[in-house]
Amino acid sequence: MKRIKRVEEKFYIGLSALMTYSLIAVLAFIILVIFVKGFGALSWDMVVKVPKGGYYYGGEGGVLNAIAGSLYIALGATLIAIVIGMPAALYLNVHLIRYRRTQNTIRYFLDALWGIPSIVYGAFGFTLMLFFGMNASLLAGIITVALLISPIMVRTFDEVLSTIPKGLHEASLALGSTRSETAFRIIFKQGFSGFITAILLSFGRGIGDAASVLFTAGYTDNIPVNLDEPAATLPLAIFFQLGSPIPEVRDRAYASAIILTVIILSISLGARFLSKRYSKTNLK
Amino acid sequence: MKSPDTEMPESLVEILTPSVAGRPALKVSNLNVHAGNHHILKNINLEIPENRITVLLGPSGCGKTTLLKCMNRLTDLYRELEVTGSITIGDDDILNSTTDLPALRQRMGLLSQRPYPLPVSIFKNVSYGLKLKGVRDKRLIAFSVEKHLREVGLWEEVKGRLNAPATSLSIGQQQRLCLARGLAVKPAIILADEPTSALDPTSSKIIENLFREIKKHYTIVLVTHVLRQAIRLADHVIFMHDGEIIEQGNPGELFENARSDKLRAYLIDGN
Repeated sequence: MKRIKRVEEKFYIGLSALMTYSLIAVLAFIILVIFVKGFGALSWDMVVKVPKGGYYYGGEGGVLNAIAGSLYIALGATLIAIVIGMPAALYLNVHLIRYRRTQNTIRYFLDALWGIPSIVYGAFGFTLMLFFGMNASLLAGIITVALLISPIMVRTFDEVLSTIPKGLHEASLALGSTRSETAFRIIFKQGFSGFITAILLSFGRGIGDAASVLFTAGYTDNIPVNLDEPAATLPLAIFFQLGSPIPEVRDRAYASAIILTVIILSISLGARFLSKRYSKTNLK
Repeated sequence: MKSPDTEMPESLVEILTPSVAGRPALKVSNLNVHAGNHHILKNINLEIPENRITVLLGPSGCGKTTLLKCMNRLTDLYRELEVTGSITIGDDDILNSTTDLPALRQRMGLLSQRPYPLPVSIFKNVSYGLKLKGVRDKRLIAFSVEKHLREVGLWEEVKGRLNAPATSLSIGQQQRLCLARGLAVKPAIILADEPTSALDPTSSKIIENLFREIKKHYTIVLVTHVLRQAIRLADHVIFMHDGEIIEQGNPGELFENARSDKLRAYLIDGN
């Protein structure tokens, strides 16, 4: 009997390990494929030049237009989502704390919004755009992506705030701090690394999404200078280049994927580094 | 333990001594607390004698913690609670809507069931309240931090790592840190809500001994459901049951000749 249990235990541990490592292996494989296929096409020109005439037939140029557009849209949308997300999450956790049912209903709707496919946001953004008589533009892209990532932002902020114990809140008040001193000096600090994760998650979703910007931001070979100009994005650059019959252009799609991956990775690492440093300097 | 007041520079005495002249006893009159239809505290009348340990004793859910939270108005955080009656310190009714809450709470140190260290260093945990009071002098802050860490017997354990996060301390040390942090704002009254319930026996004993020591300088209100702790510490006992005060008096009399059935039953169960 004991023997069977031991074997069973080993089997399940082995199975869990297998699942975990195969998932990591798949991720590693994806990155490997992107690098193998795209590294040859990756050049400094790709990063610092906009497409020249004939770029999409294998001519000179790069995807700086898409890099800039993606960063503008993702940063703008993330900022808007923070401005929407912070107060909303605070409202959920501070003012609605005694209204469990309302709280859960709101959370349910936010989770539903989180689950809506981005093409639906794209279509909605497109409708809004037409209603206001706007063209496909940087602004329309930012607003649509902000709508897409706001539920993510609110829910992840919300999760961070809900893990902060009420006792900490009371302890700070009991020392004589006002409510806002408690919020900014204690609660914000306690949740800081969680907030960074929330922002990164939203930013990653925003910069990587193609469907929401397809109709709303449009595509252009130029770097947008104004909010009402169309903007190219990396996911769409990958999409268009990958659909080309010319092998060199398809390789550039993978090179663009490398650029997108590196942007997300470096922002993520940078933010983690900052968050660590921030908490360290504050301990002194 | 050192007697810290003797080594304090004369000019600093004022900032570091309690903000109210003399340490006022606290008086609760006709206090009622409702949460919707639920009557949590029923017509509470009591006096907290100064420089004594007053124990609020009773089974869980009898309203002890709510009573304690009325005394520093943490009840304000719970919207559904309706508090009526009066709680006076000197001539001030603290339930008045004009009460300066941060100032009131600085007169009432709080020690909760579990320690909640602030998400900053050990040093900053103790200096936090002083900074809120507007003290900027670094020498004075360092002096006060050391003084209060010594007061709770934590100084020798942490003096080499004052910049370490407070959460790196053991839970017993954290609770003493929370006490030091509370003492640093110079409260007149310490409200302790089952402060040893999360601690091991050794740490509990340290906290209990500290209470005996510091009651010379502070008035202590201790909430507990542990009868033995009440017997060990109490100078004055208030026995509560189901939102009501059943009996109150000095522990010798109360525990030897319990008049009510409820207290007698509690004494039997507790032993």
